Amino acid sequence: MKLDHPRAHRSACLKITLTLLAIWFVVSCCGGILFRDWLDANMPSIGSAPFGFWIAQQGSIITFVLILIVYAVLMNRLDNKHGYTEEN
Amino acid sequence: MTQGLLNGIFIGLTFAVYIVIAFRSRAGSTKEYYTAGGGVSPLANGMATAADWMSAATFISMAGVVAISGYDASRFLMGWTGGFVLLTVLMVPYLRKFNKATVPDFVGDRYYSRVARGVAVICAIFICMTYIMGQMRGVGVVFSQLFGIGIPAGVLIGATIVFFYAGLGGMKGITYTQVAQYCVMAFAYTIPAIYIAMAMTGNVIPQLGLIGNYTVGSESIPFLEKLNNINTELGFQEYTSGKMSTINMFCITAALMCGTAGLPHVIVRFFTVKNVKSVRKSACWTLGFIAVIYLTAPTIGAFARVNLIEKLHNTSYAEAPDWFKSFENTGQMAWVDKNGDGAIQYFGAGKSDAGTNAVFQGKGPTYPTYDAQENQRIGPQGQRLLANKADTSNPNELYFGNDIMVMANPYMAGLPMWVIALLMAGCIAAALSTAAGLLLVLSTSISHDLMKKIINPNLSDKEEVKYARMASFAALVVAVYFGINPPSAFIAKTVAFAFGLAASSFFPTLLMGIFSKRMNREGGIAGMIGGIVFTSGYIVYFQFLGGTADQYLFGITPEGIGFIGMLINFAVAFAVSSFTPPPPQYVQEMVESIHIPNGAGETK
Repeated sequence: MKLDHPRAHRSACLKITLTLLAIWFVVSCCGGILFRDWLDANMPSIGSAPFGFWIAQQGSIITFVLILIVYAVLMNRLDNKHGYTEEN
Repeated sequence: MTQGLLNGIFIGLTFAVYIVIAFRSRAGSTKEYYTAGGGVSPLANGMATAADWMSAATFISMAGVVAISGYDASRFLMGWTGGFVLLTVLMVPYLRKFNKATVPDFVGDRYYSRVARGVAVICAIFICMTYIMGQMRGVGVVFSQLFGIGIPAGVLIGATIVFFYAGLGGMKGITYTQVAQYCVMAFAYTIPAIYIAMAMTGNVIPQLGLIGNYTVGSESIPFLEKLNNINTELGFQEYTSGKMSTINMFCITAALMCGTAGLPHVIVRFFTVKNVKSVRKSACWTLGFIAVIYLTAPTIGAFARVNLIEKLHNTSYAEAPDWFKSFENTGQMAWVDKNGDGAIQYFGAGKSDAGTNAVFQGKGPTYPTYDAQENQRIGPQGQRLLANKADTSNPNELYFGNDIMVMANPYMAGLPMWVIALLMAGCIAAALSTAAGLLLVLSTSISHDLMKKIINPNLSDKEEVKYARMASFAALVVAVYFGINPPSAFIAKTVAFAFGLAASSFFPTLLMGIFSKRMNREGGIAGMIGGIVFTSGYIVYFQFLGGTADQYLFGITPEGIGFIGMLINFAVAFAVSSFTPPPPQYVQEMVESIHIPNGAGETK
């Protein structure tokens, strides 16, 4: 286990990165652009805004901020687990 | 107290703060000059990066673009924020670990090649230069409006201030000044939005107002429905649906996102914090601070559009509000009384068969010279007459520039004078902070990457900083020249270049350099050249050589072609690298090591 540190860390890190990027892509590109017409028609409005429109102008930006927060938390946890902790 | 005096006080006060900060935190060494010594706190760096990222154009024009194109403007909103996600999870933690001061440094070392470094330096210089010209122009325009001086004088004043703290203070001085500038910008942007949201929707939070009800007078209908009704009634596209094709919208958004993740002046900001952990934290703060402004921009755009139409459409010129006349005087709004009824009418392209709503012929308004006869300058209602011929193919009579939406918004809503003064200070903060950040990266590229790494490796630390200061002075002279004599059509077009280049050269090259151990010098260089040649060829053909819209590849406009250029870069790089020998052992070990997050230490 000790020997495999860098590799285990790297693959776990890759998994976090790819998962978050998948969310990033689905929300912004799919939700805000590619399938927005369908979403506008079939999803409940946010307040008075059509769903896809709201995702494109507000929701996606909020999601981006959340993604970065989750990334920072998960990566710091991963670093600690593998003994790469650093002082602030 | 007059508005002018109040503006002067606000701007004077903020300037005094900037200068004091810059002086107190001026740089002593090369390390401090380039990366503030690597010891800036994540929160401070986040604010500074946000201020750096939001240029005068973002601050002033973005809400205007949203107001005019509604849903279609989401490409900017998503593109310029979504790019930070890519930047944070794919780039900066690894580049920070690599531990060099600039982006060309990484490219040069990772691809063990002076050619690669050279290409990277040229791209970096080009991208920064494109940006900084627009910033200087922006500073000049704001100053000239404020103090009633000519634009050249305004540009010169702005340049002197920027040189004072960017050239002398280095990254350290700039970073702390930008923290102050971000605060000014954030208040200047959100306070007017809050006032207007309360007036129009009864909601204190503008973002809730946007999705809430329009409550002026006796009516109470969903705000966006109101906006859609107004738009379609006047012959515009429905506000919440766009008229751009989905594929084009997708490509432009993707190009802006990848371009953002490859912009050298944004990447270096993350070299100023202490370690990889702080980089991640700092990126959260940065995007959080940017989101404050980007979430407000669509609300300002939507409110401003309703306000503008309610206040001006079908209003007779004699009763038009004062602010309309003052914007008329500065040439940012114009009225051509096509039907001679003395009232202002505003219509979209849907109201005529010609498919346009141009008020006059030609690109921008031009005016008769001051020695022209009075009846050529002033119309029967007292309006300012244009030298342009009216475009009689459609009924629209109102012209306004995109830029005025943010500036005019507080006037339209009748906000107190101090809010307007704050907004002016915010505009200047936006322009100055971006110009200063760019100037620094530009001078670093020249002194560090070009002078030290390529031309004369024996340069001492002291000489390097001297060169950096000289380079920033030279760059500023060029920027001032173009700020005073803007190749105006040229600047707007070159912005597509900056993002296209960043997306098609830096982004894929850095990404492969970080994540692929097998990627070698030949592949990296071939990919970069392939991406750049394709992207710039496409842009040059359509922007400068007169290519027409029906020749677009899959209907993608030059703004979005960087995305295709990026795919080409990846493809070429992988193809070439699979036929050429793998990179030397030490480079492979280097790639391994940048994935281990600790031990980043101080930047060298």
